[in-house]
Amino acid sequence: MRPIRVLVAKPGLDGHDRGAKVVAAALRDAGMEVIYTGLHQTPEMIATAAIQEDVDVIGLSILSGAHMTLIPRVQDLVHAQGRDDILITGGGIIPKEDVDTLERRGIGRLFGPGTPTTELIAYIKEWFATREKQEA
Amino acid sequence: MSSNRLMDDFDAGKPAALARVVSIVENHREGFEQILGDLHPRTGRARRIGLTGPPGAGKSTITALLVKRFREAGLRVGVIAVDPTSPFTGGALLGDRVRMESVALDPGVFIRSMATRGSLGGLAAATREVADVLDAFGFDRLLIETVGVGQSELDVARTADTTALILVPESGDSIQTLKAGVMEVADIFVVNKADRPGADRLRNDVELMLGLRKGVSFGSVPAHHGIDLKRMNPARAAREAAAAPNPAEWTPPVLSTIATKDEGITDFVAALDRHFAYLEQSGKLGARRRERLRERVMDIVEQKIRVRLWKDTATMSRLELQLPSVEEGRATPFAVADQLLRQSGELVRGEEDK
Ligand code: B12
Ligand SMILES: Nc1nc2c(ncn2[C@@H]2O[C@H](COP(=O)(O)OP(=O)(O)OP(=O)(O)O)[C@@H](O)[C@H]2O)c(=O)[nH]1
Ligand SMILES: [Mg+2]
Repeated sequence: MRPIRVLVAKPGLDGHDRGAKVVAAALRDAGMEVIYTGLHQTPEMIATAAIQEDVDVIGLSILSGAHMTLIPRVQDLVHAQGRDDILITGGGIIPKEDVDTLERRGIGRLFGPGTPTTELIAYIKEWFATREKQEA
Repeated sequence: MSSNRLMDDFDAGKPAALARVVSIVENHREGFEQILGDLHPRTGRARRIGLTGPPGAGKSTITALLVKRFREAGLRVGVIAVDPTSPFTGGALLGDRVRMESVALDPGVFIRSMATRGSLGGLAAATREVADVLDAFGFDRLLIETVGVGQSELDVARTADTTALILVPESGDSIQTLKAGVMEVADIFVVNKADRPGADRLRNDVELMLGLRKGVSFGSVPAHHGIDLKRMNPARAAREAAAAPNPAEWTPPVLSTIATKDEGITDFVAALDRHFAYLEQSGKLGARRRERLRERVMDIVEQKIRVRLWKDTATMSRLELQLPSVEEGRATPFAVADQLLRQSGELVRGEEDK
């Protein structure tokens, strides 16, 4: 089976990149191909990279509080390119009610501080397996 | 997405469709042969430039600067950036895009990261096929960045029209001992990080090496004809040969750059143009590309034979059956191999497929 491709990105002006790096390394060690784009990405840059790299998953790491504008914007941009099959997930400092609002919008699970990386890996692998089954 | 619809979108220049086609080809998914076959007549337009060199030499930073220059000249640019797959987990961290941020949003630019997936030559096994896809999509220039390499990863030279080796002052020590490998296939040498001590010395060392290599072909000059200073200084001879416009012969220039300050890139672009002109005028371009096609066909034949033989249960059980006598020394591995090949005629012809 081919490796799962994941874009791990840090949108906005938030400089907390420790989490994104930890997650990127953990996903790589779980056998995924992880494209890491560095700090300070605009939603346009993230969507463009996701399209060109043909990723299965976009993982956004946001600890700045700007998630309610940044995450929907990324989602709109990838949908505009006809790619509503990409899972958008992520983590950081995101209050519970915002997580709920975003999930209603079709965003995948969002993980908070202290989540064991095994949990993120299991979630992404499960999502991918389900999608592959649907496509087959 | 149906495959017709996908190829229509590809023809219409949609990046999402290009990205999808690249994935199909990279993963050898069903239909990839058909796609590559259909695209083949449209390949051959793009100039393929390979950038190789040790880890952290500045390949990605320089790639981004080249992209910018090519865009200023109105050219469309595709980039393939390769990073290593972990042999233990199968995972990969593809980080070259980080340095290409400045050109990431330009619609005339398409950047694709690839993992080596077990291939050891500095590129992924499918990099050439992906380059064909980008070429057929209509890019004028393709920049192919290898993994950070040592000396033996030479796939790039079999993939690109022009191969540039990016070195840094710290590479100095390893140069001294180099006889074979990537130093011999590079068409252009770039000493990056020239803001650091040792850059001039490295440049001179590389020129010396190139001059000595050339010297072999000047070797017939009899020593008693007196002292020719130019011949006595191979580094200088190489520098002069590289500067002289000679359409029949190419001496690799040794350039220096400071990528973080965008210094020296104009010279690099000029050297790339000169090399391409040399390839065209000398007939080497056609020769290199024909060689590439020859290898492609041979690769495909090998791949197909491998799959046809080893996925065939009858062949595998014949092999199993023979193993005890090989173990006991009654048969040799060679004899068994010959026997399997003799019995596989139709399989190899692929008549089972139809
Ligand atoms: C370390 C830290 C810093 C370091 C950052 C170092 C670095 N390079 O990352 C420094 C000191 C620089 C820093 C600075 C600031 N910080 Co600070 N910082 C923290 C702290 C203590 C820990 C963050 C961390 O690294 N955690 C470890 C990583 C591994 O965890 P994580 O990022 O949460 O990731 C996990 C999950 O969230 C999830 N996840 C995260 N990303 C992703 C992505 C994907 C794809 C997935 C699936 C999952 C996922 O999985 C990870 C593993 O469990 C937090 C407090 C906290 N408890 O979170 C405050 C915190 C994030 N900082 C905060 C603030 C306010 C700041 C400053 C503005 C402070 C100031 N006034 O100067 C500056 C701004 C810096 C900037 N330029 O943006 C606030 C943010 C408040 C908010 N958003 O509402 C926090 C919450 C502290 C607080 N309680 O007030 N900070
Ligand atoms: N001092 C100095 N640093 C440079 C120069 N060019 C690049 N760098 C830095 O060198 C580091 C590596 O640069 P990259 O462009 O990522 O190098 P690379 O060869 O692509 O690296 P890999 O793909 O990991 O092998 C970065 O921190 C760059 O900023 C230069 O001319 N001078
Ligand atoms: Mg790089």
